Amino acid sequence: MLFLEESISQGPQFFHLAPWIVFLPVIGLLINMFFGGWFLDKSKAGEKIVGWIASAAVGLAFVVSILQAISLLSEPEGVVVPLADWITVGSLQVRWALQVDTLSVVMMLVVSGVGMLIHIYAIGYMHEDVRHNGDPKRFRRFFVFMNLFIAMMMILVSGNNYLVLFVGWEGVGLCSYLLIGFWYEKGKDGIGNALAAKKAMVVNRVGDFGLLLAIFTIFWTFGSLDFRTVFEAAPQVASAVPGVILMITVLMFVGVAGKSAQLPLYVWLPDAMAGPTPVSALIHAATMVTAGVYLITRSASLYVLAPQAQNFLAIVGAATALFAATIAVGQFDIKKVLAYSTISQLGFMVSAVAMGAFVAGMFHLVTHAFFKALLFLSAGSVIQGLERGQHHVEHDAKLKKQLKTQGHDFDPQEMRNMGGVRRTMKVTYWVYLIGAIALTGVPPLAGFWSKDEILAEASSLNFTAYILLTLAAIFTAFYMTRQVLMVFFGKPRSVAAEHAQESPAVMTVPLMVLAGLSVLGGLLNFPSLKTFGMWLEHTLKNTLHEGEFVLLVAVISTILALLAIFLGWWLYNPRRYEAFWAMPAAKRKDDPLRVYIGPVFEVLKNKYWVDELYWTVILNPYISLSRFLADVVDWRFWHDWFHDKVLAGGYNLLTRLLAVQIDLGIIDGIANGLGTLAQRSAGSLRRVQTGYVRNYALFIFLGVVIILGYLILAGNPLK
Amino acid sequence: MLPVQYYIGLSVVLFTLGALGVLIRRNAIVIFMSVELMLNAANLAFVAFARAANSMDGQIIVFFVIAVAACEVAVGLALIVEIFRTKHNINIDQMNSLQG
Repeated sequence: MLFLEESISQGPQFFHLAPWIVFLPVIGLLINMFFGGWFLDKSKAGEKIVGWIASAAVGLAFVVSILQAISLLSEPEGVVVPLADWITVGSLQVRWALQVDTLSVVMMLVVSGVGMLIHIYAIGYMHEDVRHNGDPKRFRRFFVFMNLFIAMMMILVSGNNYLVLFVGWEGVGLCSYLLIGFWYEKGKDGIGNALAAKKAMVVNRVGDFGLLLAIFTIFWTFGSLDFRTVFEAAPQVASAVPGVILMITVLMFVGVAGKSAQLPLYVWLPDAMAGPTPVSALIHAATMVTAGVYLITRSASLYVLAPQAQNFLAIVGAATALFAATIAVGQFDIKKVLAYSTISQLGFMVSAVAMGAFVAGMFHLVTHAFFKALLFLSAGSVIQGLERGQHHVEHDAKLKKQLKTQGHDFDPQEMRNMGGVRRTMKVTYWVYLIGAIALTGVPPLAGFWSKDEILAEASSLNFTAYILLTLAAIFTAFYMTRQVLMVFFGKPRSVAAEHAQESPAVMTVPLMVLAGLSVLGGLLNFPSLKTFGMWLEHTLKNTLHEGEFVLLVAVISTILALLAIFLGWWLYNPRRYEAFWAMPAAKRKDDPLRVYIGPVFEVLKNKYWVDELYWTVILNPYISLSRFLADVVDWRFWHDWFHDKVLAGGYNLLTRLLAVQIDLGIIDGIANGLGTLAQRSAGSLRRVQTGYVRNYALFIFLGVVIILGYLILAGNPLK
Repeated sequence: MLPVQYYIGLSVVLFTLGALGVLIRRNAIVIFMSVELMLNAANLAFVAFARAANSMDGQIIVFFVIAVAACEVAVGLALIVEIFRTKHNINIDQMNSLQG
């Protein structure tokens, strides 16, 4: 066996199983790819078979990840499990080897653990989603893509060099693209989803360009791409070639900004909500978008050597956190609020790891994966609950009449169409509430501990970032309160919300598990226990910053969060909101907040017009430029003028010259001239042949006379 | 003994007469006779030089020439007789139909 060579026998060792974290999802996707359609055709339980195969593949990968964690208990420094040689060109040697250490195993556990729960949830969710969208055959494709995503994410987190990491990085980007555009023929004007997928792809290309440059610079500087080699050589390089580490870290951050949706490349993530909700939960909340945080943490040895980059990037992350949190306040789409919340929370993580608080950032990554996946999945449950309600009403003769008062194109994601779902979807309500409180940062739920650790670190490491993050935390509490109150409280504001139905157990059980994790997740790195910090310490030895629990910071953030919740309650409490809603439609503003901060709310609702700004500043000039290049430069200049006129015309001229002047004139002239010459000379010579013997005899005599005369005059040459 | 120049002079005169006869006359028989005249002019020159040089070589060649001339006369007269039978004429200028 080729991956056995580095395993040592001390306590239970399962490192040789590590490659199966990649292979198991691949096996799952292959089974579904080749036999999934058959299952769906032949069996009524086909969907269950397909879904459970995919979930089992991820579940087994989770078991393998747990085994890796157990193995690490006796071998905490981690091992490299070689799998295959990939590239050997000159001095570039890239192996596909798996880096199994405390950091990557944390990511493996999150990806496969949360991933497994989301897969199980998706069995129920997609069952309805494919029918609602009218293409049940696509059920199989969804799980193939999801398994592919898990496999790619595992390659990303387990690679032991930057190139393998990049393969996973691009692979998850591909899966993100495929799954955002899963209903590619749906969306605005029948192309909205496809456009959203394209946007994600293109914006990520911008980021990946930075990451690629960073990787090139790493190879150019260190001569290797292996994490171990690079990190060991980093301090020497930093003193020998100042600035190169700064360049690497900043370029790498461009990639992080793309993948982890930081300013200014965050714009794709809100649009990515076009994908089915489990996709939003798995890819665009819990795992893929945190790849950037993982990358910075993995490259901690480089970042600690570039303090300027650390300061700058911490501010960028914190600014993203605040910026996105304010936008979330002005959104009405249940998933858009969560999307901006995700960007904001990613800002927290990136800011933390950028300023050097790696443990805090990774801790928040884990807890965020729990509660944001929970929030997205329960939002999906709410959306489908409303769709079920709508369906129920449409097929009920008595209730059908009520529909007429309501617009024809009902949007089940619009929060203003909700209200009162608390009574009809009890489980969803409770888990959503837990997720929301965890995100808000109220003790003792998971979000409080991780967010507070970031704030505590920021208060000593980077005070500007601390201020920005604290403000972001206030907005977070406010928009979550607003969302929970608008969705679950008050009276139903649509027929669909009134008849909303709870989701099946296959969806609610994963939600409850995630809710449990969101409650207890804080124990991972409970202050004074520091389990998580000690766990990561083995990997981040030289770079670890020991964060202390700062009571003052915790008290301040808790009080501010509670104040924000109170403010939210004051503005959106059921009685007040119903009174607001009862106003005549013409006079009514779209949101109670607009009454107080009208113009500001308009700005927030329109997301600071960043998309419009990008359109004006980058896209429209770019499109004009490409049109100009295509129509004028390429078509009219190159094609019409250069190719047709210059090349084709010139060639025609040349061939005409060659054909008429040279060929017909000179070559044919010579050939014909020779013929004519022969004819003419023959014409004159033929007269010599008279037929009279005397003439011939005379010529013979003349010839003899000439020859003899010559011989006599010139002397006899025979002598 | 006469000097060789006289013989040669006679030979030249005879040859010239023969050549002029070939070129000028139109009667095939006369042309034949002129050819014979030229051959005999050459024969005369051969024997004159042979005698002057005390060598028999020239005289031997003369025999050959006489033999060849006889053959030639036999063939040529046969041709002339045949031409006369077809054309009833031996004017050499009328025998130009081959343009050769």
